[in-house]
Amino acid sequence: MARLNINGEMRDVQAEAETPLLWVIREQIGLTGTKFGCGIAQCGACSVHINGQVQRSCSIPLSAVQESDKIVTIEGLSANASHPVQKAWAELDVPQCGYCQSGQIMAAAALLAKTPKPSDQDIDAAMTNICRCGTYQRIRAAVHLAAGQSGVTTPTERQG
Amino acid sequence: MTNTISAKSARLSRRTFVVASAAAGGGLALGLRVPFLNDVAHAQGAEAPEVNAWVVIKPDDTTVIRIARAEMGQGTLTGLCQLVAEELECDWTKVTTDPITPGQNLARKRVWGEMGTGGSRGIRISQDYVRRGGAAARIMLMQAAADELKVPVSELTVADGVITHAGSKRSIRYGQVAAAAAKVTPPDPKSITLKDPRSWKVAGHPVKRLDTAPKLDGSKKYAIDVQLPGMLNAAVMQCPVYGGKLKSVDEAKIAGRPGVKKVVRIKDNAVAVVADTYYHAKSALAALPIEWDVGQNGSVNDASIAEHLKDGITAQGSNGGWGYGDAGKAIAGAAKTIEAVYATPFLAHATMEPMNCTARVSADKAEAWVPTQNAEASLAALSEASGLPLDKCEVYRPDLGGGFGRRGGTQDFVHLAVEAAKQFPGVPVKMIWTREEDLAHDFYRPVSQCKLTGGLDQDGKLVGLKIRLSGQSINAYLAPTIAVGGPKERQLQGWYQEPGDSQFGYDVQNLQIEYAMRNTHVPVGPWRGVNTNQNAVYLECFIEEMARAAGKDPLEFRRAMMAKFPKHLAVLNAAAEKADYGKPLPAGVHRGIAQFMGYGSYSAAVAEVSVSSEGKLKVHRLVLALNCGHAVNPGQIEAQVEGSVAFGLTAALYGECPVKDGRMTDLNFDRYQIMRLAEMPKIETVIVPTYDFWGGVGEPTICVTTPAVLNAIQAATGKPVRTLPLKNVKLA
Repeated sequence: MARLNINGEMRDVQAEAETPLLWVIREQIGLTGTKFGCGIAQCGACSVHINGQVQRSCSIPLSAVQESDKIVTIEGLSANASHPVQKAWAELDVPQCGYCQSGQIMAAAALLAKTPKPSDQDIDAAMTNICRCGTYQRIRAAVHLAAGQSGVTTPTERQG
Repeated sequence: MTNTISAKSARLSRRTFVVASAAAGGGLALGLRVPFLNDVAHAQGAEAPEVNAWVVIKPDDTTVIRIARAEMGQGTLTGLCQLVAEELECDWTKVTTDPITPGQNLARKRVWGEMGTGGSRGIRISQDYVRRGGAAARIMLMQAAADELKVPVSELTVADGVITHAGSKRSIRYGQVAAAAAKVTPPDPKSITLKDPRSWKVAGHPVKRLDTAPKLDGSKKYAIDVQLPGMLNAAVMQCPVYGGKLKSVDEAKIAGRPGVKKVVRIKDNAVAVVADTYYHAKSALAALPIEWDVGQNGSVNDASIAEHLKDGITAQGSNGGWGYGDAGKAIAGAAKTIEAVYATPFLAHATMEPMNCTARVSADKAEAWVPTQNAEASLAALSEASGLPLDKCEVYRPDLGGGFGRRGGTQDFVHLAVEAAKQFPGVPVKMIWTREEDLAHDFYRPVSQCKLTGGLDQDGKLVGLKIRLSGQSINAYLAPTIAVGGPKERQLQGWYQEPGDSQFGYDVQNLQIEYAMRNTHVPVGPWRGVNTNQNAVYLECFIEEMARAAGKDPLEFRRAMMAKFPKHLAVLNAAAEKADYGKPLPAGVHRGIAQFMGYGSYSAAVAEVSVSSEGKLKVHRLVLALNCGHAVNPGQIEAQVEGSVAFGLTAALYGECPVKDGRMTDLNFDRYQIMRLAEMPKIETVIVPTYDFWGGVGEPTICVTTPAVLNAIQAATGKPVRTLPLKNVKLA
């Protein structure tokens, strides 16, 4: 039995201490936006925020998380997908299959919280999640767009 | 604003269900009708009239377009809707989609055609009948409106789902006449004249995808996210050596572990642990002592496979090929002869959503929730594994977290899940593969080696070319009933004589192409771009070698051989022009160029790279040109081209699946590396449609990415790269 603060709600969960946070979130809490991709903190599909820091939840045991830790999943990032990152992602139609995008968005949101106007080098360093569809070019553009940076081209011919 | 609110409430109600069932330990019977993913559309669809198989229009004008193909990121869902909507003349902002199931398709005599989605066929094969479906619905709606307004149908016009009678200044909406339209006798599809694609208003434009919103807030449900009342979870392990068998498992060792329900032996080569949660199943399986009888394949390794393929290069005789003239004689008499042997490794798909399937089997019904590229193949696998006839089976098909050819004809993951579920009649069992299992048991992009020999005359003109390809056959493994041999051998993709799909694009005076089939024990299958990726590297890199040997500019060397292949040439020229080919580059940056044809489309690429004195490669920019005939959604075509570069570059930089002791050794992303954002070059896409054919989009441009980069490396270092991946090649 553990008590977790997830998306601003206190939740009691029944799981062994070694259970990775990913599986607690998916199977105990029932929030499936956080994805399983590799289980070894390589791909980042399971990224969540813990006290504002982006973390790979597949490699964090339940025992390492305290009741006082604030965990935010993709479902709790904003109301109505209104976070600037989510809006930029929508504007540029970033996702293809979409499976990695929860993690990509959480990584980008954490980057912008720390570095509001990231350079390309900042983005290179922070955005290390794997996207197998290869949406990287649009991810980069969308991070810049979310940061409100000038000089970023948006495909103005897009319609609909 | 309304949309936002309704989207939010839909999300909340779903979350309430998820949380409620989780709180009750997964056992709370909510009376929820399955399939949950299709609930909304079907429930509403039941109230709304189906104008025809493709189109349902609700009283509020919401237009539901039925989709038979799989959406796995490639944008086919949006593209197909654009084609239907274009002919339907509905309001694009009111379009939603409904994924039909294979059971429905079967029950209606396959009214939606084939459901397989691979080979970049999703749009090009179905475009004609989905457009006719949209047009037929429009004709029926117009007739219903004419009957309602009591005017001749010829006096009516329609735009955005509103039918207008100009003479009487009356109008009527699709939603108002849909019920009546459903009763109108459908027109003969052959009698319908489709629009000229040049006049398209919805299709042909870069409209946004229809399926983006739920991918931004975690609300999208993939098959791996399926949660059903009372559901159990399973983890699986197959014999790591292909062809090996299960010897023993020591179940007692995991008997006391939390949540474990059962250890299931599947066939003679796999073990599953079924538990209350997936984490319990996965961790118990990891703790379960399993002994395998690996059999004779346990001694196979990379070196023995390479030797086997090398034999195919040097042996006499072939399993397919074609040519013209006398290449041997031309090369023997040439002023200069060049020869090279290239090789490419096995590759795994590594879809981001790991293999999974949820199945529920009872005495008279079998259901499966499958991330599938071919729902009818899933249905067949479900029927076979459950032992129930097809009409007692149904497959629900959430959109996929990646496919790339892994989830088409090969439905191994369905068989395994159903075998586990059969042990729990009436109880849904979700089986998820670990990443390790996914990379250990793929149907890999086959290995091949290729020897190329070219002869140049005094003027540096190519007078003869011999290509001898040795490698594993996908058809021999997956579809042995499909005849192999001859000029259309699948391994020769991109080198076919006939136009249309993947034609060899050079006139080389004397040509000889041979394929020697050399199979291994490793399972092989389609892989995004599959053989074109290998054959484009072999041919386009060798042409680069020959151009350099001839002292010619690589672009001019190619152009001189392409007069008979105007479409190949045009796309090559388009890439060269966009890339400012011939203009100076910054110091240290070098260009490479390549062209190829596959999946009915023409592709070319120009790469700009630099190689440091330490041999470190940086790919700065890639310009890709594509002629796919008709461009249904240029925005999504760009996205596919961008993604194809990442897919191709990942293979070029890192991709290999080493075999040791009969099994794969690189079983997670720490070893099977995938390119990250920092390595992504700037990509520019030039779409040059000629409006006279329908080509594919998802795969064609992958194959030109790697040879363009390798040719740029050759320009930088003066040395050809003949083996992949680049991580094993010293560039300095």
